[in-house]
Amino acid sequence: MRHLLSAGDLDVVSACLILDTAAQLASVTDRTVKKFPTLRGRTVVNLFFEDSTRTRISFEIAAKRLSADVINFAAKGSSVSKGESLKDTALTLEAMGADAVVIRHGSSGAPHRLATAGWIQGSVVNAGDGTHEHPTQALLDAFTIRHHLRDGMGDLAGVRVAIVGDILHSRVARSNVLLLRTLGAHVTVVAPPTLLPYGVSQWPCAVSYDLDEVLPHVDAVMMLRVQSERMHAAYFPSVNEYSRRYGLDIRRMGLLPPHAIVLHPGPMNRGMEISADVADGERAVMVEQVANGVSIRMAVLYLLLGGITDDGKKEI
Amino acid sequence: MPHDKTVLRGVRPYGEDPVDIVVAAGVIAEIATAGSGAGRVIEASGLIALPGFVDIHTHLREPGREDAETVETGSRAAALGGFTAVFAMANTSPVADTAGVVEQVWHLGKATGLVDVFPVGAVTIGLGGEQLAELGAMATSAAQVRMFSDDGKCVHDAAIMRRALEYVKAFDGVIAQHAQEPRLTVDAQMNEGVLSGQLGLTGWPGVAEESIIARDVLLAEHVDSRLHVCHVSTAGSVEVVKWAKSRGIKVTAEVTPHHLLLTEDLVASYDPVYKVNPPLRTSTDVTALRAALAEGTIDAIATDHAPHPHEDKDCEWAAAAFGMLGLQTAFSIAVLTMIDSGLLDWRALADRMSVRPARIGRALGHGHDLKVGAPANICVVDPRASWVVEPATFASKSRNSPYAGMTLPGKIIHVLKAGKPTVEGGDLAC
Ligand SMILES: [Zn+2]
Ligand SMILES: [Zn+2]
Repeated sequence: MRHLLSAGDLDVVSACLILDTAAQLASVTDRTVKKFPTLRGRTVVNLFFEDSTRTRISFEIAAKRLSADVINFAAKGSSVSKGESLKDTALTLEAMGADAVVIRHGSSGAPHRLATAGWIQGSVVNAGDGTHEHPTQALLDAFTIRHHLRDGMGDLAGVRVAIVGDILHSRVARSNVLLLRTLGAHVTVVAPPTLLPYGVSQWPCAVSYDLDEVLPHVDAVMMLRVQSERMHAAYFPSVNEYSRRYGLDIRRMGLLPPHAIVLHPGPMNRGMEISADVADGERAVMVEQVANGVSIRMAVLYLLLGGITDDGKKEI
Repeated sequence: MPHDKTVLRGVRPYGEDPVDIVVAAGVIAEIATAGSGAGRVIEASGLIALPGFVDIHTHLREPGREDAETVETGSRAAALGGFTAVFAMANTSPVADTAGVVEQVWHLGKATGLVDVFPVGAVTIGLGGEQLAELGAMATSAAQVRMFSDDGKCVHDAAIMRRALEYVKAFDGVIAQHAQEPRLTVDAQMNEGVLSGQLGLTGWPGVAEESIIARDVLLAEHVDSRLHVCHVSTAGSVEVVKWAKSRGIKVTAEVTPHHLLLTEDLVASYDPVYKVNPPLRTSTDVTALRAALAEGTIDAIATDHAPHPHEDKDCEWAAAAFGMLGLQTAFSIAVLTMIDSGLLDWRALADRMSVRPARIGRALGHGHDLKVGAPANICVVDPRASWVVEPATFASKSRNSPYAGMTLPGKIIHVLKAGKPTVEGGDLAC
């Protein structure tokens, strides 16, 4: 594995390797070892064309715990309208000797372009591109689900997951559908028809417009952030109507099986897609998701940069 | 004075039996037994003669974007592509919405002299879609504009479109519509389908094209005027045009070479060389477009040659410009998709690349059958030759060809424009 661009590029073996590596790293970190020497002397660049403090910090902590040198390159403002800035920035990073570039970009496919256009040599990690993908988010979600529902081991065969909300514009949804399917889970996406992509019936998941009908049959429910501005483009009539039909509140929590967990990639719109009491309730695992994000990103950087030699053997 | 004559020696008109085509004073003076014609001989045995191609949809970028193309470089590319006439779209800077700008482009074309450049006039001022440009002034200018288009933008206001269709009847004009419903294509990046959903790129649904065509053919029927549909890209659009023609509506349509060959799967590379408007569609659409061109529902191949400087394509997808080069590859793509597949013979190909486009645009002196007395606009091609596309060698100023590295069939060998060689032996003659 040279880059991590799409969750769809991972097969079940490589996905489980990342999850297992993250688990190992997490257990060692828990025993107070704060830093590994693995990536000493390697340079990881966080190249963020969009604001996302939480994701950037998560990658930064991950890289630092592996002893990598971290450069934060906030390129916001010079973004999509001036396309060449991606190339120019890439050439600059190449000159600095970046071993890995973690990129967040508002344009779908920008990480793919960065990895394939010949501008740089290093590894590219997609930290969220437009409405395309966010593979490390999917990995940390899978890690969290596995921890709660599969004792932190193996794949997710038979686990039932609902992903609810703005599927159309969600990179988290795309990556999760691909990865969860690869891991053997059964996914149902739930949204009003306007917020489902054209052709979603061909995705490797079930589709429903009715949240109440789906909730009794899932082990995990992932609520996506819905921007209220979507209302102005007629994706739904009003915040109230959206919330009534697709928001997760206490009444709907009662429809879930008792063991089911609630995930949210953050940041949450309390009162929109999730009510405050659900968000703060004991079955919500959002705080764990954040912690697991660091472990997953450590595992990804470790496997891309340090852990595996060119012939695919794992280094000791 | 035998040297006032040029002889295309042993050439096969439309792939038929070899003859000598003797050209004098800008017209075909004689079609003689092979080997018998007297004059300056251009060896053409085994080659096929066709009427010079006419491209009714070209972006020459001048004035305003001379870094991408000029009338001169575009004319060179056109000549090398077998064309003797091109229609230069109006979305320049300034927009070709006045007699002054269309005359400027027309004069630049004359000065270069490699092809006849017919400027297209804008339908509305500044392509703004709100107020008609001075169509009559452009029609009576030296450029004699007959085709009007806001190409790049759709004339989306139904009332403006109706008035434009009506108004140009006064001088036998035609409105060439870039059919794209703007509200259905906000920020659109690629064909809307399963793939756009997977790639996270905003979809450009076929219905945004089809609904405008449906509206416009009904308007054209209502006011009994001429409508031309630019770059038809979907099977559904073909159905609408077919229906309109069956009702006797005066509608014509074009298809680009790239829509005859390429499909949306190429977009999965996120390489902006495949970013074009309207977008690449599905193989079902490609099949329907080829069939429609074969049966004549689609009248013409038109390149939509859209040069862009390197930096406008060497970036991420969303930031990249729409458009592809087409002039120097159009013939080969036509051979690949229509001749090699058996869908068209040479005579029919000449009809779609010369006769009908010339008629649609009222390109005087072009699109004539190869017979005595016709203007000597002639393209001589080698159907058996193949070549590897190397954009760096193109005469165009830009390099954004989606065919780079491909081996394509069919080569342009000689071109005569008004009897004078513009291309000889595959190179510019002057
Ligand atoms: Zn157009
Ligand atoms: Zn065009």
